[in-house]
Amino acid sequence: MNAPAYNFAYLDEQTKRMIRRAILKAIAIPGYQVPFASREMPMPYGWGTGGVQVTAAILGPEDVLKVIDQGSDDTTNAISIRKFFAKTAGVATTAATEEATVIQTRHRIPEAALHEKQVLVYQVPIPEPLRFLEPRETETRRMHALAEYGLMHVKLYEDIARFGHIATAYAYPVKVNARYVMDPSPTPKFDNPKMDNCPALQLFGAGREKRIYAIPPYTKVVSLDFEDHPFEPYRFNAPCALCGAENSYLDEIVTDDKGSRMFVCSDTDYCEGRQAAGHHGSLSAAPYKERAQETSNG
Amino acid sequence: MTTIAELPPGFADKVLSAQSTFRSVMDAMARPGSVQRIVPMAGTPGPMMRGVAAIALTLFDHDTPLWLDARMAESSDVVKWLKFHTGAPVIQDSSIASFALIGDGALLPALERFALGTSEYPDRSTTLILQVDRLDAGQSFELRGPGIDGVATLRASIKPADLFERLRVNETLFPRGIDVVLVADDAVVAIPRTTRVVSKGS
Repeated sequence: MNAPAYNFAYLDEQTKRMIRRAILKAIAIPGYQVPFASREMPMPYGWGTGGVQVTAAILGPEDVLKVIDQGSDDTTNAISIRKFFAKTAGVATTAATEEATVIQTRHRIPEAALHEKQVLVYQVPIPEPLRFLEPRETETRRMHALAEYGLMHVKLYEDIARFGHIATAYAYPVKVNARYVMDPSPTPKFDNPKMDNCPALQLFGAGREKRIYAIPPYTKVVSLDFEDHPFEPYRFNAPCALCGAENSYLDEIVTDDKGSRMFVCSDTDYCEGRQAAGHHGSLSAAPYKERAQETSNG
Repeated sequence: MTTIAELPPGFADKVLSAQSTFRSVMDAMARPGSVQRIVPMAGTPGPMMRGVAAIALTLFDHDTPLWLDARMAESSDVVKWLKFHTGAPVIQDSSIASFALIGDGALLPALERFALGTSEYPDRSTTLILQVDRLDAGQSFELRGPGIDGVATLRASIKPADLFERLRVNETLFPRGIDVVLVADDAVVAIPRTTRVVSKGS
């Protein structure tokens, strides 16, 4: 039941207005981090309080909410946020990417192509892409003001000097609308190309760091690189062990203490959808089901 | 003299009406040139259109200094209604306003008189809310920029007629600049600072 002591979607109206104004500015200045007065939420920092506040400010009773954590609909974080909004806003929830109107995500972009009626809300731990290169907020703010991003290229160059290739595999910096360098949150760089020219609106909320930023639909998003070291998305060179997908982002799962491992789609909805459509991988669960049935019959 | 009891009402359902209005404005801002509808209605004081009234109730509060053009400011109902329903301070200095309500586009002052933000904080700028005649017919404008898949065509009857020429300052100012929300009755179109008018016909 809805707890009557709380407002719709938990946040009070004044807070929602403040967040809504920040969202409008964020959309108007793609990639720029708008400061906002982040509130304490009934969950700890690091659990997606920024994303939750953005979701709470945009969510309406007609929305269908999907929450994923590293691509999965079934982890503790995803389930508790989904239940939080089911309880405080009474919204319908789903695991199906196509059905959702608002998708809150931690560290992944769904495999299924997003459409114009959707809003993707990212949970962001450290919104400032330059923070680990320059700890002073006053300095990073000036660097953004002057579009002075040489330091970021030096960092990527140092990767090449040390490892022979750009070793940054997640939170790979992007340039939005040819102006602001932006942290796409710790998504694997495999997902970076999906941000470019995306039909859906993308909103980013960082609760602890108190920043909101956005990529409007159909906006140019370029991963930083060099002419002789172009950006390359990375994925394990294997098909999904459950659904056989050759083009999805994979999680590596260690299956015993002898070094055995399996690779499965990180996007659970995508993987289950493919299995339901009859696709099988090398470790597909289907044969075991059949075997179990044979045993029970016998 | 209108007493508070005689003032036009705010939203019947504050929470869900504000949410629905915000989503229309957010969609408008995310997809410049597209015409969004504002469904929930509140009372409309004086010359204020119902779309503008809904936006005011959705986005304004004590943190947002407002600047009113002469058409809005001359109506004591508008000032009282805004004060009672939103609590937003109405100020004379347009250069520190969060929002500016323009009831009559012909009275739009030079854009430099509004807050344009700073290079460090480009978000500290005035958002113009401009009442226009029509957003479904009139002169046609071709828009490009983030949020637009290729080209968007807007047909609108807008005062001042040189609005888009004036907004070209956004090109040189970016990331500083002025965001504009056009309202005609219940229709809303947003022109954020990234939008460029590429051509226009009659």
